[in-house]
Amino acid sequence: MTPVLELRGIDKSFGPVQVLHDVAFSVYPGEVTALVGDNGAGKSTLVKCVGGIHPIDSGEYLFEGKPVQVGSPRDAAGLGIEIVYQDLALCDNLDIVQNMFLGREHKRGIVLDEDTMEEMAARTLESLSVRTVKSIRQHVSSLSGGQRQTVAIAKAVLWNSKVVILDEPTAALGVAQTAQVLELVRRLADQGLAVVLISHNMNDVFAVSDRIAALYLGRMAAQVKTSDVTHAQVVELITSGRSGDLGLTNGVPA
Amino acid sequence: MTTTLKPAPVEGPSIAANARGYVERVRGGDMGALPAVFGLVVLCAVFSILRPSFLTSGNFANLFTQGAAVTVIAMGLVFVLLLGEIDLSAGFASGVCAAVLAILLTEQGMPWYVAVAAAILTGAVIGSVIGTLVAKLGIPSFVVTLAAFLGFQGLVLLLVKGGTNISIRDETILAISNKYLPPVLGWVLLVVGVAAYAGLQLLRARKRAGRGLTADPVSLIAVRVGALAVLGGLAVYFLNLERSRNAAVVSLKGVPIVVPIIIVLLLVLTFVLRRTSFGRHLYAVGGSAEAARRAGINVDRMKISAFMICSTLAALGGVIAASRASSVDPNTGGSNVLLYAVGAAVIGGTSLFGGKGRVLDAILGGAVVAVIENGMGLMGYSSGVKYIVTGSVLLLAASVDAFSRKRAAATGMR
Repeated sequence: MTPVLELRGIDKSFGPVQVLHDVAFSVYPGEVTALVGDNGAGKSTLVKCVGGIHPIDSGEYLFEGKPVQVGSPRDAAGLGIEIVYQDLALCDNLDIVQNMFLGREHKRGIVLDEDTMEEMAARTLESLSVRTVKSIRQHVSSLSGGQRQTVAIAKAVLWNSKVVILDEPTAALGVAQTAQVLELVRRLADQGLAVVLISHNMNDVFAVSDRIAALYLGRMAAQVKTSDVTHAQVVELITSGRSGDLGLTNGVPA
Repeated sequence: MTTTLKPAPVEGPSIAANARGYVERVRGGDMGALPAVFGLVVLCAVFSILRPSFLTSGNFANLFTQGAAVTVIAMGLVFVLLLGEIDLSAGFASGVCAAVLAILLTEQGMPWYVAVAAAILTGAVIGSVIGTLVAKLGIPSFVVTLAAFLGFQGLVLLLVKGGTNISIRDETILAISNKYLPPVLGWVLLVVGVAAYAGLQLLRARKRAGRGLTADPVSLIAVRVGALAVLGGLAVYFLNLERSRNAAVVSLKGVPIVVPIIIVLLLVLTFVLRRTSFGRHLYAVGGSAEAARRAGINVDRMKISAFMICSTLAALGGVIAASRASSVDPNTGGSNVLLYAVGAAVIGGTSLFGGKGRVLDAILGGAVVAVIENGMGLMGYSSGVKYIVTGSVLLLAASVDAFSRKRAAATGMR
């Protein structure tokens, strides 16, 4: 299977500080790839490089097997890469439909085409089996944390995206809502999307992911199938960069 | 896990459901225009009991011309307030624009349309400068517009040459606040307006129902159209009564010309806010500038255009004020005009915290301010008392705004 998104030998520095060292990262369609690592390991930087917010210093960026240049968030969106940030970026004073189409409204002439947008939003939420919201015309301010996360994810999916990157989607949620969001994450992958899940929570990672990519101090310690590793091994990879014959030896990939 | 995904009970569209939704919103802290409408009814009742002359046709017409300039300036302020910014210079900006108008009309002898265009252009330039300073340099709008407030006060003084009074004799400009529509035309406009409103509502409901979306029930539309027809009909009827003391000499009846002007502004600006992506983006920036930026909205450009719209409408307000006073002096747009305008927008239900507000708010709030000013005048109170009362009402409105925000936060509506 060819990865839909593949990074090879990515280096990224901010001034004198090199944050990413020779990172390789592959994301496959129909799979959930968990991106794990301790604070400061470079997860956010890697995601921002993928999303075009930070240009990469060197390395290859392949999308569907072809090398591409991603210099801005617009380029990434054009390829079909959507990032759902931790703080969601929803407007409380707008309703669900308005939020989902924010900045990309459908128009007829200069008039907003509310009906088409409402239909598309309803269809997208339907396809994700989201039925917890009372009305898609209710303000986002009245939604629970889980419902907001759902709207943010639905917003990302609306644009026929191929890769959806979720930055700690369950960090602020309760037990039931976490389950709800994880179920949604799994469903996205089952629909054929490539999903990247950034998480600190090992239970979440093992519950939904197919692959685990562990970053350690800016290097990719290992990218393995979830079924091939144990909980403890992943924790070791995160905290020390190696576990048995997996991971880095003397700071270099084995 | 699947048990959490229960389908919510779908409530059919009906008057009862809509009314329930409204009550829920109000209890959740989203009071909208309720305080303004309530205040308006109470004030009108009190004044008409204490001073029967409050209810005469002549005074009713007076209310419109009295409140028009402040209302138009408040309409512009709504755009700035939507972003959570403030424009303290709107009052004197209207004064500067009125002075430009007066100078072009009298000293330069320009036709009225050139003078009005120049006044509006002045407003747009003022707004773009203020907006650029706020958006690009990041100076708080409070400070920029406070500086502009002082600067424009001086500019008006310089323009009218140290305090002389420039009187305006142009018939067209004077007509705005001092002439009335023929009574028949008032009725025709009302009928056309109500019919167009009913038609649009029905068309929209049918289109939405045809696509399987929740549409407003016909009964609700009937109530809305009926309410508009009754209120509009009463207003036109009262304004069409003869209010001249001596009708044989000069007849005074009809809707003041400034009223259709305000209604057109209301329709156009509401369309911009509700039906265009520009308006949608304004609300988005007011709700969360960061979310708007990530959605690819140019936040700086939105800020600059909001200040431009505000100052442009202030210019129109200045033209209306000049028409009403038949002159421009250093105090045009000064003293209480700005505070009344901010008060009007806030009393009407526009939030000082951004993200919430409508153009209609400015009209409702403007009506409250005009009624207070007018009624207290009839009661013979001094300006001192008027200022104190208006100040208290503004404070009350701001507390309602802050309180409803707290309430909304508590009930999870925000």
